[in-house]
Amino acid sequence: MELCPCVKNILLLDFEGKRVASKYFCDDWPTNGAKEAFEKAVFNKTQKTNARSEVEVTMLENNIVVYKFVQDLHFFVTGGEEENEVILATVLQGFFDAVGLLLRDNVEKREALEYLDLILLCIDEIVDGGIILETDANVIVGKVASHSTVAEGLSEQTFSQALATAREHLASNLSPIYKLAQLERHPDYKDLAMKLPNLHVVAIAVGRC
Amino acid sequence: MAQPLVKKDDDHDDEAEYSPFLGIEKGAVLQEARVFNDPQLDPRRCSQVITKLLYLLNQGDSFTKTEATEVFFSVTKLFQSKDFGLRRMVYLIIKELSPSADEVIIVTSSLMKDMNSKTDMYRANAIRVLCRITDGTLLTQIERYLKQAIVDKNPVVASAALVSGIHLLQTNPEIVKRWSNEVQEAVQSRAALVQFHALALLQQIRQNDRLAVSKLVTSLTRGTVRSPLAQCLLIRYATQVIRESANTQTGDRPFYDFLESCLRHKAEMVIFEAARAITELSGVTNRELTPAITVLQLFLSSSKPVLRFAAVRTLNKVAMTHPMAVTNCNIDMESLISDQNRSIATLAITTLLKTGNESSVDRLMKQITNFMSDIADEFKIVVVEAIRSLCLKFPLKYRSLMNFLSNILREEGGFEYKKAIVDSIVILIRDIPEAKESGLLHLCEFIEDCEFTYLSTQILHFLGIEGPKTTDPSKYIRYIYNRVHLENATVRAAAVSTLAKFGAMVDALKPRIFVLLRRCIFDSDDEVRDRTTLYLSTLGGDGEVVETDGDTKTFLFGDLDIPLVNLETSLKNYEPSEEPFDIDSVPKEVKSQPLAEKKAPGKKPTGLGAPPAGPPSTADAYERLLSSIPEFSDFGKLFKSSAPVELTEAETEYAVNVVKHIFDRHVVFQYNCTNTIPEQLLENVSVIVDSSEADNFAEVASKPLRSLPYDTPGQTFVAFEKPEGITAVGKFSNTLRFIVKEVDPTTGEAEDDGVEDEYQLEDLEVVAADYMMKVGVSNFRNAWESMGDDFEHVDEYGLGPRENLAEAVIAVINLLGMQPCEGTEVVATNSRSHTCLLSGVFLGNVSVLVRLQFGIHGSRDVAMKLAVRSEDEAVRDTIHEIVSSG
Repeated sequence: MELCPCVKNILLLDFEGKRVASKYFCDDWPTNGAKEAFEKAVFNKTQKTNARSEVEVTMLENNIVVYKFVQDLHFFVTGGEEENEVILATVLQGFFDAVGLLLRDNVEKREALEYLDLILLCIDEIVDGGIILETDANVIVGKVASHSTVAEGLSEQTFSQALATAREHLASNLSPIYKLAQLERHPDYKDLAMKLPNLHVVAIAVGRC
Repeated sequence: MAQPLVKKDDDHDDEAEYSPFLGIEKGAVLQEARVFNDPQLDPRRCSQVITKLLYLLNQGDSFTKTEATEVFFSVTKLFQSKDFGLRRMVYLIIKELSPSADEVIIVTSSLMKDMNSKTDMYRANAIRVLCRITDGTLLTQIERYLKQAIVDKNPVVASAALVSGIHLLQTNPEIVKRWSNEVQEAVQSRAALVQFHALALLQQIRQNDRLAVSKLVTSLTRGTVRSPLAQCLLIRYATQVIRESANTQTGDRPFYDFLESCLRHKAEMVIFEAARAITELSGVTNRELTPAITVLQLFLSSSKPVLRFAAVRTLNKVAMTHPMAVTNCNIDMESLISDQNRSIATLAITTLLKTGNESSVDRLMKQITNFMSDIADEFKIVVVEAIRSLCLKFPLKYRSLMNFLSNILREEGGFEYKKAIVDSIVILIRDIPEAKESGLLHLCEFIEDCEFTYLSTQILHFLGIEGPKTTDPSKYIRYIYNRVHLENATVRAAAVSTLAKFGAMVDALKPRIFVLLRRCIFDSDDEVRDRTTLYLSTLGGDGEVVETDGDTKTFLFGDLDIPLVNLETSLKNYEPSEEPFDIDSVPKEVKSQPLAEKKAPGKKPTGLGAPPAGPPSTADAYERLLSSIPEFSDFGKLFKSSAPVELTEAETEYAVNVVKHIFDRHVVFQYNCTNTIPEQLLENVSVIVDSSEADNFAEVASKPLRSLPYDTPGQTFVAFEKPEGITAVGKFSNTLRFIVKEVDPTTGEAEDDGVEDEYQLEDLEVVAADYMMKVGVSNFRNAWESMGDDFEHVDEYGLGPRENLAEAVIAVINLLGMQPCEGTEVVATNSRSHTCLLSGVFLGNVSVLVRLQFGIHGSRDVAMKLAVRSEDEAVRDTIHEIVSSG
């Protein structure tokens, strides 16, 4: 008898129910057709609900589906009907927060596709073959980001910690006009942030422009 | 950090449609994948191409075998690059491509090198990839490294090895089982998730060793468990230990204190897991249940939808077995009816319907009426089903519930929803005689404006059977005849058949029916005309008021006595010739259900054709099955068939269960056998029954099963004679005897020579309760009073010390095998006395009513006053005998 908590799939769909990223961990939906049909059913059943502040939950085809939406992205985690829905919700929250950190709160379909590699790595770090690997968003992001070339120099810190350090650094080094908040609104901020290790240099550059 | 895959243009004109994968095409990406072969690798570009490949796979594109092989080979070249990000993508795509065994060799050495790398992330990921794609032979080579990895000081590496172990246990159990020392060590890890993964693996390694699992749970419940996930797992193991020890131990339940302490854990998932575990304990007492219900009640008013859902879903299940325990939460539940999340609202409503008492029904119905208009059909169906069971529970309330059903029947709704309502009305008509007339009229009104042909025909068929038996059949004629004018051909044909049934059953109506039928003879449709002509001639009498003869009635109402599937096959095989089709040539044996149906137990078939109220249909099926066997044909009418009793443990070579069929002077055992070995064909299967411990029984006939192929259930029967009117009881030991033949798994053909073999089955008992049929009465008090105290037999009994009253009540109900009435099987918490009402029909079709009055004394001694009312004195005495000897 299988007692270990088990995740059947993790889905990331867009506002029309189209697949952005998905990973199935069981054979309940053997073909792509079956997968798409399930995604469609899940999407139709949940699209009218308001799952933007709290994780919502429903039953579908003898499965429990927990879900949460942000902007044009819909996050889903599915488990069997005997599964503990609170555990599934924890997995979903981990996935949701991790994607938020990876996309730097700019969570929308376009960004998600642009950084699809990170999303896929993220799913890979959350669940392995149905078994939950990790649910803490910071740790997940740390694992995903520590693989990337940029974060190589930050091996002791998780990505989010690094980002936080960089923010403090920026805030203290800049003249009051260029407070961090404004900098974040700067159109080039994202590109800047990607060059994290040299961020203070870049920040000064921005300060001049 | 990954770079955008396509360089963004400076102008964002088509922002809405922008996607880095716009216009992506498999062929082009496969071409691009050639960069993997470049002598000077560009890690960023390679990562981008892998992402594109993964995108294609993720969108459901598939690679042909050659394409996949080609991509795989070029991907293996990327191990040359030292780039972290690229390596990570390489791991991912190798897992997605799932290379075949001969291809795996190429990457094995690279992955093994990574497994011993200094970088933790390489080690962890290489382990996961290698274990995913490896086979048994390679596993022995890397086993040493995996064992080391399990106890690695880096938690990510240890978890990777443990999780891989869990997966490998399915394919290579003997290897993984050798790691238990290392896994045991990992259970003590300080890293929270390592402990969780180690615990999962260790339990699975030892799952067949109950004692070891029990020890593991004992030690961990006393020690420290660091992650909430591990704590949830521990709760599940503890419940399993409780379940398995339930039969052997008495007194306090082991680990209950542990479960109870988990209710105070800080993590919500643990609290819920523990609460759910407690509610699912078998034979849970109210005292045990209370703390769990209390935390669930707190969850009901949580701001998190998941917690509200979890709580109401669990309470819904508890309400089926312990409705009284849930009533405390009713106020919280009523506020959930307006919950934003309709799943929660529906569960709340159905729970309330289950726990509600007769007096609250009307108030509830009012609330539900408002609620129905703004939920989806699928939720409405759940509510309709709950209302149906509520109505069966409180038959006196049928009027308001039936009104509710007819109201929602008139509103908009899809087919499934309408069908659920119609089914419910039909079942209520069948089970509550008082509801018949009004129910039929509701159905008649519904078909006046029904867009679903299927439902119209089903209702017409049902009207044909029930309508003529009512006090004023003529009032239905108008509704039926209207269909002939207004509907499509299928419905018209059904209406004609229904008219004919009225004509046949109600002689006074015959002349009028004749007039109506004659008008149908010029219908535009063949089927309608044919039916009309047929009925006009079978009814006979040229429209006079005459009695319909027996043959016609059998023809119109009788059952064909053959499974429709068989009839269909025979008709398909019949070739038009001089020789007419012979209905006797159709085999009567019920074929086993096709495999597909068995695999979907969640979807229960409901409908008019297949009444959802299980018992009548199975009883019919049994009766038909038994009467088709010549040896048993003179046993008379089947009185009762028991539920199947398993005679083998789960997952043995042959699965056998038995159904006890009780006749006046005979008992027939129907052994349902399933052969679970694909390589075997069993022939000449029979059960040898030793009845030396059953005095009053004598074996009279047996019917062996000719052949039992793999996974196709078959039946064999043994019949016993017993003295009439005596509730003979006894114990029978059974042995399955058969000839076994080897089957070639590739061709599916069996060898000619077989070997005779035997297989020991568990014993079977015929008990007094087998002679009692569970039949409820709609109003117990009326039935009890009308029987009068002339037919009463009262006595008192001591039941000895019991855990609590509920246990004693259940024991007596099970002993008698009677139907508890008016929910009296539920004992209120901590009550010192209880009255339970039972009804049933005893062998020989004698109704029996029983009133049990229990009292419990300080020393937990339970005393019971048993009052039996039945018109047959012998039956009254028998009931007392059963109780005094049980």
